[in-house]
Amino acid sequence: MSTATETIESLVKQEYKYGFYTDVETESAPPGLNEEIIRLISAKKKEPEWMTEWRLRAYRHWLTMTEPTWQFVKFPTPDFQDITYYSAPKQAKDAPKSLDEVDPKLLETYEKLGIPLRERERLAGVAVDAVFDSVSVGTTYQKQLAEKGIIFCSMSEAIQQHPELVRKYIGSVVPYTDNFYASLNSAVFTDGSFCYIPKGVRCPMELSTYFRINAAKSGQFERTLIIADEGGQVSYLEGCTAPMRDENQLHAAVVELVALDNAQIKYSTVQNWYPGDENGVGGIYNFVTKRGLCKGRNSRITWTQVETGSAITWKYPSCVLLGDNSKGEFYSVAVTNNRQQADTGTKMIHIGRNTRSTIVSKGISAGRSQNSYRGLVKIQKSAAHARNFSQCDSMLIGAKCGAHTFPYIEVKNTTASVEHEATTSKIGEDQIFYCNQRGIATQDAVNMIVNGFCKEVFKELPMEFAVEAQKLLGVSLEGSVG
Amino acid sequence: MSKQPILEIKNLSAGVEGKQILKGVSLTMGLGEVHAVMGPNGSGKSTLAAVLAGREGYEVTGGEVIYCGQDLLALDPEERARAGVFLAFQYPVEIPGVNSTYFLKAALNEIRKHHGQPELDAMEFLTLVRERMKLLELKDDLLKRSVNEGFSGGEKKRAEIFQMAVLEPKLAILDETDSGLDIDALKVVSHGVNKLKRADNAQLVITHYQRLLNFIIPDFVHVLVDGRIVKTGGKELALELEEKGYDEMLKAVSGAA
Ligand SMILES: Nc1ncnc2c1ncn2[C@@H]1O[C@H](COP(=O)(O)OP(=O)(O)OP(=O)(O)O)[C@@H](O)[C@H]1O
Ligand SMILES: [Mg+2]
Repeated sequence: MSTATETIESLVKQEYKYGFYTDVETESAPPGLNEEIIRLISAKKKEPEWMTEWRLRAYRHWLTMTEPTWQFVKFPTPDFQDITYYSAPKQAKDAPKSLDEVDPKLLETYEKLGIPLRERERLAGVAVDAVFDSVSVGTTYQKQLAEKGIIFCSMSEAIQQHPELVRKYIGSVVPYTDNFYASLNSAVFTDGSFCYIPKGVRCPMELSTYFRINAAKSGQFERTLIIADEGGQVSYLEGCTAPMRDENQLHAAVVELVALDNAQIKYSTVQNWYPGDENGVGGIYNFVTKRGLCKGRNSRITWTQVETGSAITWKYPSCVLLGDNSKGEFYSVAVTNNRQQADTGTKMIHIGRNTRSTIVSKGISAGRSQNSYRGLVKIQKSAAHARNFSQCDSMLIGAKCGAHTFPYIEVKNTTASVEHEATTSKIGEDQIFYCNQRGIATQDAVNMIVNGFCKEVFKELPMEFAVEAQKLLGVSLEGSVG
Repeated sequence: MSKQPILEIKNLSAGVEGKQILKGVSLTMGLGEVHAVMGPNGSGKSTLAAVLAGREGYEVTGGEVIYCGQDLLALDPEERARAGVFLAFQYPVEIPGVNSTYFLKAALNEIRKHHGQPELDAMEFLTLVRERMKLLELKDDLLKRSVNEGFSGGEKKRAEIFQMAVLEPKLAILDETDSGLDIDALKVVSHGVNKLKRADNAQLVITHYQRLLNFIIPDFVHVLVDGRIVKTGGKELALELEEKGYDEMLKAVSGAA
């Protein structure tokens, strides 16, 4: 049915509504990377000596490494000497003591993005740390959280205020030798969020960080560290956007989660970096290392991600299941349109006994995009009675896109059970016609079908986020079917 | 034929990928009427339904279709649906993860919007659904499931007519709704269809078997063979067909021609 297929393939432009640029005076390091730049970043942030040393060790290690090439994406090698590693909006004082001192232009930026930070308008039930280029511009609800002993602040602040915690845990899940981009991040990371949930405390609100790349040619290298002490529980949300630009920008973050005995961490991401235009010009390179360590018994880490943005996404939120009876979960929706490329998935490393993991991955490809799931399930010899269930579903919209699944399974303990299911479907002309015949227009039908396809993942998202994610999906696929 | 026509198909020709399937079909339906279309496999019955509903890929090469005084073929499929054209599919489509109730509510509200009526809220919708479910003796767990997903063949057909009962179309086209239904289900579904018949709507019933027409009594029966209506008569024509088969009918027709 050639006419119908053509219609499905006729892609029109999608609008990226977060593509504006905020004109603030910035203070930037000169482009390029060397030990001096790293010392400069560390000094700007008034870091203790051990932190500077750690960065330098990471940098020296990074120099010995080469870029990974195994991922199923194509792009020109970034020129690491052409990137600006530190860019911060200039502040009147050294650091704003409260949000009232923050440049109103920055507050406006976050308002435009739907994240009001001012006391009066800020989101109910969600504490937000707002990161603008290299620095955190402010964190809401800090006082209320502190009353429960919860620490939620920018990484820079944590390094100064809680050095013992940072020193103990930073690099304990993702060592600076881990991989090319993680090493780079360890050397040059600028800001990010830090969170500590004390023993037995259930965090009373959602914690969230909103990352915004604003400056041109700058990279964003944020570092997030979340620790839930014994019996602690927290749900954390991450959102991100960037202006529309013709050149590609690099975002290479590291996120480390540590869950001690009986602790639970739920980490949700809605990633909406600028994806480039329909011809593949511009957009963010999103090369991120995210890993959670279920260190204690009965601990649990859940990654939920909805990935609609970035020119290239390359990330594998993973769980190391060290504690006996610990549980790792990964729920993912990755949408690619136009010329976007995504290579994403997870790693579940079972070490403790009776550890369990669940993987649900939904890939949606439209336009000329390429969408790959790459997942590793590794059962160590020690992981008696470990169990894994993986389900990877792909949906194709049109005939010029691709979906790929690369499951890797290594089982070293015979009492373990590993189950893998995979499906690929094409969004059917018959499904769309069926909806049309009931009075539902094509774009609404596509949204409905895609949302139905992703339902198992959306139900894992916190309420406010689920609604947001559904809308986002609609925008990302706008015009993917004519 | 004093009744006001709801649908006038005039010398309609249509095909797929250059293959001619409908070769000049003419058929007029009046308000309040039930018409049956019968014909052998591959004669073009589903194609006729698809063209009326506006399915993409079917190319109209000649003729016209007037629905409620307007050019039906000029409308997009969703516009036709909102204007009251309903197709009960021969093979209803599964939509995984999309809740049946949600789907039906979206459909009904699209139609209501089109007519300038306010959208129904969840409570009002539920009340309507409960009432119509009784008509089709539908198990309520079906509505909690995804659209048609994992429904048995018979359940799918019953669910189609249930949707029709909720959406209340002006022109319902039932494409082999009887196939896949057991005899008890056939009675329930036919009863439902009959209850939905009104003076201001019409039904076009496509079937192979006279059996259905024992329950849904047509005012007219049309025999479609190789893309042409070769004979039109009253309900007794169906009986005659059952007795003689299409072959003999065709011979008689061509002999007479
Ligand atoms: N998409 C298509 N591509 C090619 N041929 C088609 C297509 N759709 C229908 N046809 C052909 O058109 C003819 C009529 O098909 P149609 O489905 O309308 O028949 P039908 O009368 O409904 O048959 P049945 O009683 O088996 O349901 C058949 O020969 C069929 O193979
Ligand atoms: Mg048919």
